Amino acid sequence: MTENEVRIGVLALQGDFALHAKALVRCGAEAVEVRKPAELATCDGLVIPGGESTTLLKLMDEWGFVPAIEKFHAEGKPIFGTCAGLIVLAREVENPRQFSLGLIDVTVERNAYGRQRESFEASGAARLDGPPAPLEMVFIRAPRIRRVGPGVEPLAEHRGEPVLARQGTVLVATFHPELTEDTAVHRYFCDLVRRAQAAA
Amino acid sequence: MDVNGLRIADRKHIGLAEMLKGGVIMDVTNAEQAKIAEDAGAASVMALERVPADIRKEGGVARMAAVKKIKEIQQVATIPVMAKARIGHFVEAQILEALGVDFIDESEVLTPADEHFHIDKFAFRVPFVCGCRDLGEALRRIGEGAAMIRTKGEAGSGNIVEAVRHMRAVVSGIRRLTTLGPEELMAEAKTLGAPYELVRWVAKAGKLPVPNFSAGGIATPADAALMMQLGAEAVFVGSGIFKSSDPAKRAKAIVQATTHFKDPDVLARVSEELGEPMVGLETSKLAEKELLQTRGW
Repeated sequence: MTENEVRIGVLALQGDFALHAKALVRCGAEAVEVRKPAELATCDGLVIPGGESTTLLKLMDEWGFVPAIEKFHAEGKPIFGTCAGLIVLAREVENPRQFSLGLIDVTVERNAYGRQRESFEASGAARLDGPPAPLEMVFIRAPRIRRVGPGVEPLAEHRGEPVLARQGTVLVATFHPELTEDTAVHRYFCDLVRRAQAAA
Repeated sequence: MDVNGLRIADRKHIGLAEMLKGGVIMDVTNAEQAKIAEDAGAASVMALERVPADIRKEGGVARMAAVKKIKEIQQVATIPVMAKARIGHFVEAQILEALGVDFIDESEVLTPADEHFHIDKFAFRVPFVCGCRDLGEALRRIGEGAAMIRTKGEAGSGNIVEAVRHMRAVVSGIRRLTTLGPEELMAEAKTLGAPYELVRWVAKAGKLPVPNFSAGGIATPADAALMMQLGAEAVFVGSGIFKSSDPAKRAKAIVQATTHFKDPDVLARVSEELGEPMVGLETSKLAEKELLQTRGW
């Protein structure tokens, strides 16, 4: 199978969707901006980018994205959420409590490190396919994963807390791999999409 | 971060601007308006003392918003809260930093505090957005550490013509740089009054190293979509929302128009039954001293 065969949608309602699209293209995938649920039909995977989760949820609701993404997930197609994307995908959200899709069994606290003044960068290690690899992490008004369900596999930590995790076809990060030049996390997601597509 | 060895704003700060792309940043003067803005889908709110249309009408010195008001807005908003400081007024900026404001707008809408110098933005732990009318002004602000640029337009006018002029100037300025040879860039940096390292970077990349948003005169969903189609990556709406007859409805329509800016069917639908827009001003009839856009150096 050639690398170009996967087509990954990036939810382009609000946020840093263009940076995700760029990272996906660098990994050999085709990236398409998704602004309406019908556009999901031709996608093999979906990225929900960073942005403001309050804003994203309102725009998703307006266009009926909630049932569309649930269906996309039920079809076995992988989804990757960063920061606001993670908040939208989580089972439970705190600070404040708000609606979420519940596609990964974690509890997330919004803006859990503080305001922008408290945003930071850190380095860590990710257990992707292979030995732990160095990982650059940019945290921006970031959420924290406060609880991880039994089916969820943490893939990287910051100060002992999971910051990158996967449950089946759903991958989430509290930080922004799309802001760095390192495409390891996006490559890992593209591989998930390729495997899911081959299995379908 | 650095470009060609020249320091610019931190990656985490430029990153916050990236997160606001495709969104609408709305001017609010109190907690109630902040709630309306957030419920309508604003990506961020800008706290200020008076909206630009009132500053224009009432006159007097326009300053940073009252601390109490900013705190009230921070209490109700879950989205980032920005606030304006006067050009060159680094102590207003220090106060806003102490309050934990997420983005400081060093803004020409307020009365300038310094007629020669802008704030040294590297001295702060929070990001800055600054206005510009052309590429040279944008690059000077980025060189001072701004993490986001917004074209100025003419705030409080409800007239999009200045916003269009400034966005076109920046976009065509960038395009022009990409056509120049390396031997032409130093002289061009001199003409622009901009750092040579940034001029070289933009000539190669064909874009600014920080996000470029649009402000000053957006009053309708069509105005927002126009600026997005001209190259803005997000929009600021000031007086356009809370000076209209139905702010909640108009705010929501402008949010939809900013996301679906390339889709005329959506734009037509959201433009229906909006109530009255703010009353606009003919900017070409304003005297030079009444213009806000000429503030900044």
